[in-house]
Amino acid sequence: MSLINYASREINCKIVYYGPGLGGKTTNIKYVYKQIDPSARGKLVSLATEADRTLFFDFLPLDLGQVQGFKTRFHLYTVPGQVHYDASRRLILKGADGVVFVADAQRERLEQNIESLENLRVNLISQNLDPETIPFVMQYNKMDLANVMSSEELEQQLNPKGYLSFEAIAVEGIGVFDTLKAISKLVLKAISEGR
Amino acid sequence: MLQDGLIMYEDSFEKINLILDELMKNSKSECVFLVDKSGQLITMRGNMEQFDSTAFASLSAGNFAATSELAKLIGETEFSVLFHEGVKDSIHISIVAGSIIMVVVFRVVKTSLGLVRLEVKKSVEHLAHVLKEMVERSKRDGQIKKLDESFTQAIENEIDSLFKD
Repeated sequence: MSLINYASREINCKIVYYGPGLGGKTTNIKYVYKQIDPSARGKLVSLATEADRTLFFDFLPLDLGQVQGFKTRFHLYTVPGQVHYDASRRLILKGADGVVFVADAQRERLEQNIESLENLRVNLISQNLDPETIPFVMQYNKMDLANVMSSEELEQQLNPKGYLSFEAIAVEGIGVFDTLKAISKLVLKAISEGR
Repeated sequence: MLQDGLIMYEDSFEKINLILDELMKNSKSECVFLVDKSGQLITMRGNMEQFDSTAFASLSAGNFAATSELAKLIGETEFSVLFHEGVKDSIHISIVAGSIIMVVVFRVVKTSLGLVRLEVKKSVEHLAHVLKEMVERSKRDGQIKKLDESFTQAIENEIDSLFKD
C-alpha cells in the first residue's frame, strides 16, 4: 500500500522479495545495501536465526531523494523462504506494492519454485492483493551453477505469463540492480495510474 | 480497510499532529508514532533523535502483525493493545480505526502505564474520526491519476542513476 503524504511531501512504496528458502532473497538486499550510496539508504534490519536464516523479515529503506519537491522512498522486504514460516510470509505481504520472485535456477529446485509461486498467489489473495495485477518481476538466480535449467525452460516452467524476468548471480551482484530497477519502475507506474 | 494506498493531505496531517502533540503532553510521553499496517511511517511527534524512525516503524508493524496472528490462534481477532516494558523506556502500542498502529514511547520515571493508557484511549476517538475522513477522501482521489508524467519520468531517471553497480 503506497503512502503519498502531501504534507511532508513523501511517497513511500513497499517491495517484497519472495521465493523458496536459500534462493538468494537476502543476498539481493544485502548486495543493494553494500553497493548503494550510504546517504540513500537506511538501516538494514535483519530478523534472522543464529544460523543466519531469515526468521521474520529483512528490511531496507532506500531514499531516492527529492524529485520535484517529493521525497520518494522504497522499502524493500524479504520473506522467510522456508515452508514452515508461512504465517510470517503472509504478514509481510500486507500492503505490498510490488513483488520480486527470486527463483533458484538449479534443476533440483524446480519443484520448490513452483510451490513457492503457488504459495505467493494464495498469500496475495489472503491479503486482498490481486496476483494478476500487482507489479511483478521474476529473477532467475544462481545462473553460474552447473546444474541450472536453461532460461527458456525456466520461462516455460515458472513464467508462462511472460512477466519481466532477469537472470542473476546475486552473490556477485549480477542482475540485482536490473531487477530492482524494473520492479521500482513498475510500482511507480501503477501508482501514477492510480491502480 | 485500506488496499489502494493512502493519501495524506496537509489539513488532515495538521489535525493528526495536533492530536498527537496533545496526547504526548497529557501522558508525559517522549514520542508518538503513527504507522500503517504495511510498516510505513505516517507521522511522528516528539524527541526522536535517538531512534531510527524508519526501522522503528517497520518493526512496530511486524510486531503488531505477529501478535495479531497469535491472537487469531487463540480465537481473538487481534490484541488491540500491546505493552513492552523496559528499564528506562517502555512502549505502548494500540490500533486506531482498525488500520493504523499508534506507538507511544514513554519514560518509566516520568509517567505511568495507567496514565498513558488513559490518554491514548481519549486520543484514539479523535484520531479515528480524522483518519476515517482521510481514508474516504483517499479512496475517492485514488480513482484519479495521482502523479503526472513528468514526475514519473523524473523519478525513473533518478532510479536509473541511483540503482546501479
